[in-house]
Amino acid sequence: MTTAAAPADHLDDVHHHEHPSWLAHHFDDAEQQFDAGKLGMWLFLVTEVLFFSGMFCAYALYRNRNPEVFEFCSSFLNEKLGAINTGVLLFSSLTMAWAVRASQLRETKTLVGMLAATLGCAAIFLGVKAVEYSHKWGLGLFPGKFYQSQLPGAHHSDVNYLFYLSIPAAVMLVFFVLYYVYGIVSANKFHLRVAGPLVVAALCYFAGVGLGTVLEAEHDEAASSHADHSHDEHSDHSQGDHSQGDHSQPAVPAVPTVSLVSVDSGPLHDVVTTPAEAATPDSTVNQRGMAGLFFSIYYCMTGVHAVHILGGMLVIAWLIIKAARLEFHSEYFGPVDNVGLYWHLVDFIWIYLFPLLYLIT
Amino acid sequence: MSAPAIEHSPEAHGHAAGHGHAAGHGHGSGFSHPMPIWMLLSVFFALLALTVLTVYQSTLDIGDMEIWLSLTIATVKAGLVIAFFMHLLWDKPLNAIIILSSLVFVALFLGFTMMDAQGYRENLIMNPTLEDSQPVVMDVATSK
Repeated sequence: MTTAAAPADHLDDVHHHEHPSWLAHHFDDAEQQFDAGKLGMWLFLVTEVLFFSGMFCAYALYRNRNPEVFEFCSSFLNEKLGAINTGVLLFSSLTMAWAVRASQLRETKTLVGMLAATLGCAAIFLGVKAVEYSHKWGLGLFPGKFYQSQLPGAHHSDVNYLFYLSIPAAVMLVFFVLYYVYGIVSANKFHLRVAGPLVVAALCYFAGVGLGTVLEAEHDEAASSHADHSHDEHSDHSQGDHSQGDHSQPAVPAVPTVSLVSVDSGPLHDVVTTPAEAATPDSTVNQRGMAGLFFSIYYCMTGVHAVHILGGMLVIAWLIIKAARLEFHSEYFGPVDNVGLYWHLVDFIWIYLFPLLYLIT
Repeated sequence: MSAPAIEHSPEAHGHAAGHGHAAGHGHGSGFSHPMPIWMLLSVFFALLALTVLTVYQSTLDIGDMEIWLSLTIATVKAGLVIAFFMHLLWDKPLNAIIILSSLVFVALFLGFTMMDAQGYRENLIMNPTLEDSQPVVMDVATSK
C-alpha cells in the first residue's frame, strides 16, 4: 500500500500544505524520512563504537602488560554494585524497546510510562555510580598522579564527595517538583504528564544513592573484617601531599623496614619510598604509576559512559515532552526509535565494561 | 486500512505486525514493526540470566581462560541487544553492514595495537626528570 498519501489526508487538516507537520518537506514520504534518520543514527553509533574502542585499546594494552595491577585494583570495585547497575541498565533497555513499540502502536500512556521508567533507571544508575565514585575518592583512589597509596589503617578523607555530587540532582528535584506543582495549579495535563516522570527520575537518583550507600557499607565491613589484623599505627600523617613526589617523607612512627625495598623494580621515579608503603604486600603495584594508571582508565571509561547516560537522559526527557504532545504514531516514531538505538548502545558498552572492570579475580 | 488509524485496537495491530516480519514489510502498519512483548521480555530475561552467569563464572578459578569466557558471554549479551532490542534482524541490510563493519575495524585496531604490546614499559613515569634515565641506586629515604 502507499504509505504516504493516507496519513497526509488524515492529519493535514491543520497544516495547509502537502506534507503533514511531522514530515519534513524534503522527504517524499514517511518511510523515506524514517530510513534516512535511521541510517544517520547507525553511522553515529559507528563513530561511538570506534570512540569507545580507543579506551578499550588502552585497557587491553595495560592489562596485557600488568595483569597484577588489575587484580589489585579490581578489589576496590564493588562487584555487587556493578551487577545491580548492569541489571538496571538491562531493564532500562527493555523499557526503551517497549517504548518504541508503544510509539508505533500509538499507545501514548504506555509510551510515556516506559520512557519514564527508562529515565528513572538511568537516574538509579547514576546514583549508584555517584556512591561508587565518592567512596573511591574518599579512599584516595584518584586517577594517575593523584592516586594515594593504600595503606592499612591510613587516614581517609573527610570530604563528603557524595554530598557535592548530589547537589545537581537535588537542585533538579526541587525544580521538577515546582514544575509539577505549577502543573497542578494551572490544571494543565501536558505539564503534569511531563513533570511527573521528571520528578520520579530525580527521586530515583536518590533511591540509587541510598541503595549504593547500603551496599557499599556492607562491602566495607567485609573488607575491614578481612584486614583488621593490620598494624594499627595511628597514622595522622597527611597522605594527600603528593605534589612534591613520593620522596617527601611523612612522619611514620617506628616502622623498621626502611626504603630500598623496591629499588630492584628498575629505573623508576615513583618507586615505593615511604616505609609504610614498602611494608604492604602490594608495594610495587600500590603506587601512582601502576594502580594510578588503572584508575585513570577506570574513570575515563566509566566517566565517559556516565556522560553518555546523562546525554541519553536529556534526549529521553525531550521524547517525553514530544510524547506528551501526542506526536508519535505508526508513520512517525523515528525519534523514539533512534534514541532507543543510542540507549541500547550505551547498554552495549556497559555489558563489556562490567566484566572487564569489576569481575577480575 | 489507513496507516495511522488513530482509534485502532492495539491488540489487533500488534498481532498483524507480529506476522509482518515473517511476511516482510509493508503489512498493516506501513514500515513500522512493533516487537511482540513476549519477545522483549524473553530477551530481557536471557540477558539477566547471562549476567548472573558471568558473575558466577568470575568466582571460578579457571586462570587465563577467564577473560575469554567473560568476553564470550558479554558478546552473546551484546548480540542479543543488537539483534532484538535494536531490531537489527528486521532492519535494512545496509544498516547491518554498517554496524558490523565497525566491529571489523575495532578488531583491526585492537589487533594491530596488541601486536607490540610487549614493547612498552611496565610503569608510567610521572614527572620524568633527569634522574629517571639513570638507574636508581640512591637510598631514597634519607635523601631529604
